[in-house]
Amino acid sequence: MAYVAVKGGEQAITNAHALLAEDRRGSRDVPEVGVDQIRAQLSLAVDRVMGEGSCYDRDLAALAIKQSRGDLPEAIFLLRAYRTTLPRFGFSDPIATEQMAVRRRVSAAFKDIPGGQVLGPTFDYTHRLLDFALAAEGGHLPEPAAMAEAPLADDLPTIASVFSHEDLLEHETPALDAAEPYDLTREPMQFPATRDQRLQALARGDEGFLLSLAYSSQRGWGSTHPLCGEIRLGDVSVEFTPPELGFPIELADLTVTECTMLSEFEGSMEHPPQYARGYGLTFGHCERKAMSMAIVDRALKAAENAVDQVHPVQDEEFVLYHSDNVEASGFVQHLKLPHYVDFQASLQFVRKLRREWAEARSAKEAAE
Amino acid sequence: MSPLDLSAVKPGFADPVHQSQAVFRQVMQAMSRPGTRARLDLDVKPPEGLDAAAAAFALTFLDIDTPVWLSPALAGGETETFIRFHCGCPVTQSPASAAFAFAGRDTASAPLSAFNPGSEKYPDQSTTLVLACSAFDGGPQLVLEGPGIKLVAVISPVGLPATFIEDWRQNQARFQCGVDLVLTCGSEAICLPRSIRIELKGA
Amino acid sequence: MSVQPTAQAELTAPLYNFAYLDEQTKRMIRRTILKAIAIPGYQVPFGSREMPVPYGWGTGGIQVTASIIGRSDVFKCIDQGADDTTNAVSIRRFFAKIAEVAVTESTAEATIIQTRHRIPEKDLQEGQVMVFQVPQPEPLRGLEPRETETRAMHAYEEYGLQYVSLYESVSAYRRIAATASYPVIVDERYLMSPSPIPKFDNPKLHMSPALMLFGAGREKRIYAVPPYTRVRSLDFEDYPFETQRWDDVCALCGAEESYLDEVVLDDQGNRMFVCSDSNHCGERRAEGHVGPMVDHALAGATS
Repeated sequence: MAYVAVKGGEQAITNAHALLAEDRRGSRDVPEVGVDQIRAQLSLAVDRVMGEGSCYDRDLAALAIKQSRGDLPEAIFLLRAYRTTLPRFGFSDPIATEQMAVRRRVSAAFKDIPGGQVLGPTFDYTHRLLDFALAAEGGHLPEPAAMAEAPLADDLPTIASVFSHEDLLEHETPALDAAEPYDLTREPMQFPATRDQRLQALARGDEGFLLSLAYSSQRGWGSTHPLCGEIRLGDVSVEFTPPELGFPIELADLTVTECTMLSEFEGSMEHPPQYARGYGLTFGHCERKAMSMAIVDRALKAAENAVDQVHPVQDEEFVLYHSDNVEASGFVQHLKLPHYVDFQASLQFVRKLRREWAEARSAKEAAE
Repeated sequence: MSPLDLSAVKPGFADPVHQSQAVFRQVMQAMSRPGTRARLDLDVKPPEGLDAAAAAFALTFLDIDTPVWLSPALAGGETETFIRFHCGCPVTQSPASAAFAFAGRDTASAPLSAFNPGSEKYPDQSTTLVLACSAFDGGPQLVLEGPGIKLVAVISPVGLPATFIEDWRQNQARFQCGVDLVLTCGSEAICLPRSIRIELKGA
Repeated sequence: MSVQPTAQAELTAPLYNFAYLDEQTKRMIRRTILKAIAIPGYQVPFGSREMPVPYGWGTGGIQVTASIIGRSDVFKCIDQGADDTTNAVSIRRFFAKIAEVAVTESTAEATIIQTRHRIPEKDLQEGQVMVFQVPQPEPLRGLEPRETETRAMHAYEEYGLQYVSLYESVSAYRRIAATASYPVIVDERYLMSPSPIPKFDNPKLHMSPALMLFGAGREKRIYAVPPYTRVRSLDFEDYPFETQRWDDVCALCGAEESYLDEVVLDDQGNRMFVCSDSNHCGERRAEGHVGPMVDHALAGATS
């Protein structure tokens, strides 16, 4: 086999891009998938891409999913890279999830809570049987869901306010001296991590990684015994107070999923036992992620004061450094890049060692 | 922050993207070859009290993330207005909180020890101080050696405080911590990173 | 990769700033570079951005280059020493697209040379800038996974762990085993990873006329070695630092002193060795140097 000149690199890349575009489109006999279809009918994929892409825009996320042929980490990367180009003009005011226009709200802690257990659109109680009717030509038009007799209660207090009457839940107080929350999109991580940095990293973190860590924590690789205080899904409004105006203006409505996990109580000389909490928040409807995030948040919080940080979920550097799938994917896949120069250095070394080993061996045999 | 009087503010870069890149390259070159003179962008008409080189430096490096300290000769005047308007940076009264500091001819009001030398773990989080010199020739001869300098370099700026050699020795002694220095004169700049040693010639 | 407009979404293709990065990001990186130069070998944390190229594929080098490059620059990009490896091509195309800058394969003509894993054979000149792509900026990371620990080691100049590791390899192999990413001490202070260049290239860092900038995008660190700075590869008195040597010369140009790539010719164990530095090899052949396999198919395809 003659050595093929590497000069073809530029042409090879161009050809690879063309092939990729062809594979993406697939057979021309099949209608092209529309960004609007992805947005409307693969909305949970869109929600995940927005959350881990750190950019709330359903159209962009849907486009990224189309461009990446359904590879969600690739779509997340596309959206993050696009986000880099967007100008930044400030921080919004904190969103008020207690004022959320709720679509779904459940609590495992109590049989019933003010406003009730609102199941909303959930896979939870479906039977996981493939529905072949969905594959039929002409599509499957579901029956419209029946309207309830009465609207949802106006006021659906959060689990925090339910507990506040007895002061049973630890308070979450913002740091007094921090003017602005830490922003991981503009600063590198710093350890030990403050809670705002931690939560932001977890919010952008890979769902699978956090899911596994949360799972490990539940199974005993960590001391979290979480109870789901509340999950709520719905729309909140985002407000921004421009310095020139001095009052808040409403920018948009976002759909978010919020999860509060309750954990074992702690007490001390200074204050009586209270339940500790873990917090999860995602763009769109991402319950598995919000729950995992809350469990991991709680495990890391507990680990701050722990003497032993034995388990992976308790190790802040381990969790936060490896939760970003854009970084992880890039680094793992970079192994495909040529490494032949360093490998040549290693080969040289190994060959030298082998020669010496062989020489020593034959010298020994000659002596015997 | 008090409102700015913009009636007389001098313009910034006409072509910010390319001019700031050009100025940056000159400064980067000067910081990596201490003692050499960088010619910073000439098209900048500086505000009162600031050399053209210092104005170009400010336009290139300062922004909303960099608190700046101004010496008494510069604070409250045209320079402050210029910097606040063009750079959008917060002005601090505390030298130890400054990412960048500028002194005019009152270089003695800005002793190195007043600024942020960074910490042992984060020596980068430190002040870069820009001092105005009246001339780059004719002053006491300072012999520089260290990273970026092939053997030695000699500079003779006019206008540094009388205690400069000793101040620098103390700055150098706490390496990796320390303050980094940019001297300006007209359109020229000389950079003195904390990594170099400075002795008076003949000392 | 670009955003294509769609009828429904009313998306418009974004207009990119010169060299892609916005000015605020460039300023942040430029400030970082200045501090890195002032503290040779110290890794300065910076707010690395997601780039259109994946983390691990050169985003650190790209961000450094994007922050320093100007219209009058001449840009060279190499990977494994060659201008035409696919990732070098990809990065060079990126800069040709987003900055109106001339590109070259000639080391002598370049003002900025971005590199992955090699330093060119040709001596660098004053005014040139090398930008290294760095996967893991922390030389101690393989020995200590924690950033909190390694930051303290650098702060207090406690590098015992590194020396112990080298000593252990001496015990196991009767020599220091590191062959690439060979740790160095900069200006007799900071322990630094020179990036995964072969140790063969380490001596080129010492007292170089050029400025060396190191960018780690995923790990979010930038560090620098100014020109004419002492860079010493770690060793022991009785086990001094050695560079690699080959028994072969370059099959194409006959070079005896350059780093060689091994090319597998067939499945019978036949191989040939060629210069890793494609520009160096091409220039030598243009000057009339020949190697033992100069008539091989490769020769006709290169410059």
